[in-house]
Amino acid sequence: MAAIDAAAPGYIRDRRTTARRAHVILSLVCAASMVASLAIGPAGTSLWGAFGQLLRSEPLSTLDQVILRDIRLPRMVLGALVGAALAISGAVLQGLFRNPLADPGIVGVSAGAALGATSAIVLGAMLPVAVQNIVGNALIPLAAFFGSWISVFVLYRVATHRGRTSVITMLLGGIALAALAAACMGVLIYIADDAQLRDLTFWNLGSLGGATWVKVATAGPMIVLAVGGAVLLGRALNALALGEAAAHHLGVPVQQMKRWAILCVAAATGSAVAVAGTIGFIGIVVPHLLRLSTGPDHGPLLINSALLGAALLVWADVIARLIVAPAELPIGIITAILGAPVFLWILLRQRGSLMA
Amino acid sequence: MWRRSKSCGSRMSLMTATTIALTTVMFVGFLPFQKPLHAAGSGDVVSIGGSVTEIVYALGQEGRLVARDTTSSYPPEAETLADVGYMRALSAEGVLSLNPTLILSEADAGPPEVIDVLQSAGVRFEMLEPAMDGPGIGTKIRAIGAALDVAEAAKTLADQVEVDMRRVTMEATEMAADAPKRVLFILSTQSGRIMASGTGTQADAMIRLAGGVNAIAGVQGYKLLSDEAITSAAPDVILMMDRSGDHAVADDVLFNMPAIRPTPAAASEHIVRMNGLYLLGFGPRTPDAVADLSAALYGRR
Repeated sequence: MAAIDAAAPGYIRDRRTTARRAHVILSLVCAASMVASLAIGPAGTSLWGAFGQLLRSEPLSTLDQVILRDIRLPRMVLGALVGAALAISGAVLQGLFRNPLADPGIVGVSAGAALGATSAIVLGAMLPVAVQNIVGNALIPLAAFFGSWISVFVLYRVATHRGRTSVITMLLGGIALAALAAACMGVLIYIADDAQLRDLTFWNLGSLGGATWVKVATAGPMIVLAVGGAVLLGRALNALALGEAAAHHLGVPVQQMKRWAILCVAAATGSAVAVAGTIGFIGIVVPHLLRLSTGPDHGPLLINSALLGAALLVWADVIARLIVAPAELPIGIITAILGAPVFLWILLRQRGSLMA
Repeated sequence: MWRRSKSCGSRMSLMTATTIALTTVMFVGFLPFQKPLHAAGSGDVVSIGGSVTEIVYALGQEGRLVARDTTSSYPPEAETLADVGYMRALSAEGVLSLNPTLILSEADAGPPEVIDVLQSAGVRFEMLEPAMDGPGIGTKIRAIGAALDVAEAAKTLADQVEVDMRRVTMEATEMAADAPKRVLFILSTQSGRIMASGTGTQADAMIRLAGGVNAIAGVQGYKLLSDEAITSAAPDVILMMDRSGDHAVADDVLFNMPAIRPTPAAASEHIVRMNGLYLLGFGPRTPDAVADLSAALYGRR
């Protein structure tokens, strides 16, 4: 690494220091956001007060305990995990497809997960009571997770021919899969009753309102693994930016790397959609913003995406729970309201280079 | 494709400054929100579900309420209370932020995770059984009365409602005796597809109580139906809620829908519109609603 650093032109060295500084800043911002989300909420329970009480070994009231331990803490953890998962999935897919518009939605992973969740909402009641008792409230997350895995598996089988994976086939296959998933959801929506339809509407807008430790335990390990795996893909994605043949000649095991990238994205997006519903724009806006400020090097970009995604979603959740308190807005509305204008602004700024 | 720039340093410090400034502003800016700003009632009871709120008012216990959900639209004064949101999308911390000592809730409130948290929060949580007949409403009223410590008043009200229910259903059956009407309850007609009520719903129960026959007997719950299913159900009367949005549809548009046009209801242009909560709420006003509905079906009172 040192030898490469020394040989690199000035502006690349510059970029690397910038990106490293960004790690530190974004880690701090992310940590501050997480503390803020623990401290701020409609109930007015004070985090500092609770700390003081614990330090003086006074017991907390049941209400404060429930609010901090069972409501805000799992929400904070889940929000950070989901934000990191969505943002890093976007960054990986954009690198993999060498297309700045790629997003978990585009390869059908979100659609597969959404189909799984929809099936659970509409058909869950038909399961034997014994099964319902065992899986309980984890039914929707589990189904969404299976949905995303199935869609990735099918996608991978479709796109891989004689051990080679074609990005174009994968992209087109993803569009077909998303269409198929949407059609299946249409069937389910058609047979759904009124109450289920209303549940579906709210689920589709996304929310961290139902965050529980069970959800953190179901989705958390998978997201951590997937994000960790994705971070390791940085150098390979950089090489891939030169084209597949060039990456191959640079010694990157292209096929293996694509497989890993898709697996990470499936695990991250599937788990995120499973526990929080569909939340848009984090996956597309966060990597864009970071590329604009710290450059296109995937090494730091992936880590920074995870950090900024986590911070942004945690803040979006704080807004969601405060703005109409004591009721709550679906978080998908917040991310779309914040994300869509930012995305437009990015497009306007890049208009020239995108046309070139 | 990515924008390249050599002035990373200055851009970086700009970004740093912006993020730090934004974080600070948001942190400080949100602090005032920690205390609820909404005009909450003076009490410590949260009521979730339209009929629950109606019963609390009917028992004269509205002073105990601090908040209600979006479906609680009657009596109109209820709408001045703080709103905890739609009953199937509640916020756990939002409800707890009102410092309730009692939560009265209709059985289908949600999401389930939020209900679990509320039940474990050390606040008394009363989940009320759904009602679809006179005794059901009586049970609901008595349970709410017990929770609010006004068991005597609740017993009087419940007995009264049960007596009234027996009377109006008997009258309705008499009116219907020779020729009961086939009634189609339409929940919505969004994008030309009709969502109607099968069996097992409040709408189905109301149709039967008012001396009608539900034209859709083969399916359970509210379902999107095919045009042919509606035409072959041959309803004499169409029953709808009189609210705006996707439920609002002009009479002539409705009667010209391909599924409705061939039905007896379209021929006689017989449509009944009633307030949703009044018609389907199964609360203290339900005896009146049954009487109104049977009068509207059979044209007498």
